[in-house]
Amino acid sequence: MAVKVIIPTPLRTYAQRREFAELEARTVGEALGGLTSLYAELRKHLYTDEGHIRSFVNVYVNDDDIRYLANENTPIKDGDTISIVPSIAGGGREFVRVC
Amino acid sequence: MATRVQPTPSKASQTPLSKQEVLRYSRHLIMPEVGLEGQLKLKQAKVLLIGTGGLGAPLGLYLAAAGVGRLGLVDFDVVDFTNLQRQVAFGTSDVGRPKIEAARQRLGDLNPEIEVVPHEAKLTSDNALDLFRDYDVIVDGTDNFPTRYLVNDACILLGKPNVYGSIFRFEGQATVFGYRGGPCYRCLYPEPPPPGLVPSCAEGGVLGVLPGIVGAIQAMETIKLILGRGDLLVGRLLLFDALAMRFRELKLRKNPACPVCGEHRTITQLIDYYEFCGVRGEEAPVTQANVPEIAPRELKSRLDRGDDLYILDVREPHEYQICNLHGHLIPLGELPRRLHELDTSREIVAHCRSGKRSADAVDFLRKAGFRKVFNLKGGILAWSDEVDPSVPKY
Repeated sequence: MAVKVIIPTPLRTYAQRREFAELEARTVGEALGGLTSLYAELRKHLYTDEGHIRSFVNVYVNDDDIRYLANENTPIKDGDTISIVPSIAGGGREFVRVC
Repeated sequence: MATRVQPTPSKASQTPLSKQEVLRYSRHLIMPEVGLEGQLKLKQAKVLLIGTGGLGAPLGLYLAAAGVGRLGLVDFDVVDFTNLQRQVAFGTSDVGRPKIEAARQRLGDLNPEIEVVPHEAKLTSDNALDLFRDYDVIVDGTDNFPTRYLVNDACILLGKPNVYGSIFRFEGQATVFGYRGGPCYRCLYPEPPPPGLVPSCAEGGVLGVLPGIVGAIQAMETIKLILGRGDLLVGRLLLFDALAMRFRELKLRKNPACPVCGEHRTITQLIDYYEFCGVRGEEAPVTQANVPEIAPRELKSRLDRGDDLYILDVREPHEYQICNLHGHLIPLGELPRRLHELDTSREIVAHCRSGKRSADAVDFLRKAGFRKVFNLKGGILAWSDEVDPSVPKY
């Protein structure tokens, strides 16, 4: 199934600044696996060392959170969009102040 | 004696509007969705803004202009030159003043009919509940994870709605948490990212208009919440991509296992949020492995002496354009694959803006076998302070 994976701004730096990727996959897990094989640096930002999706990274198929579907086994239909939505804390002050 | 206008059908409020107020709010009053009844609800409302930065500026301005009767402000920062690019409540003459003071003056000038209550304090687990108790709606415009979780938990414990907005570079998120049993921030994100995975300063920055848009969305939701009108962003996470100019919406569900608002709550009082987020102290940078350093003045005298030093600038190309020390530019992220450009026989001094990224670079290079590598202590900021004030700071 052809699926579009939207890469969020904070993670684009680990995905050659790409905004999305188009992949062939049958499940969410396969799509994310395909994405991290394209962009290896993304892996540690999406998965824990134990291979679970990180708790501050939410994954949606269309507008549904996969935690309320079948997690990574959630099946994908042709034309679905997967969104990766990490938590961001910013309120418009200086991120740069810390470094 | 001033003419007083009493609301007829509603008992929502006994507070009348003065003739002045009727004139001021006339564009609200002639709209049936607000009307006199709605305007009196706004006048009676007590809203607490956490943070008076990028999000707080449009929030404060619009809520004050709309006539929210009591507007509490929590902040402890002072206005800085770099704030002015987006914190539109402040002017150049406010630089150096406490934000809370500058904001109170600006909002008081915008609308003297309302009460602006400054709370010049850092929001902590010790003061949050007492501060929140007196307000109807809490609006989260902070900039760090510990405070976000603190605001969430305090709102849930007190049963107050939390109007949430957050931004990063050119992307924003907004929703309303904890409203009438709706989902909370922990339902959305049970845990914060560990400090090491938060984007570095090379990835910082924000388009100035973005907090304006997201803050205005928060202001709109706050007003709708007070008026009891329209569909609130409850159970919906609004995502905004300013570059694509696209809004998207995702379903946000209440997590039955949520530790603060779920069926079996384990968080029944405020906790230590810095510990929870893995940081000690606000914005605490993760301290680098000890790497050999060189102070700016020492570098200057060695360069003046004609020592053969290789200056390695590990910032990004767009930062190099702002100012540079004529170093060889290899962004930190490219260093691993561009090692061949370096000469192991020469002494290398790595620098970045403040010394953090270059400390990572020095650590990396030493592990890669480079022996004569030093980090410019304090980076180009310290160079500007101690050696060459003509170098701009950013």
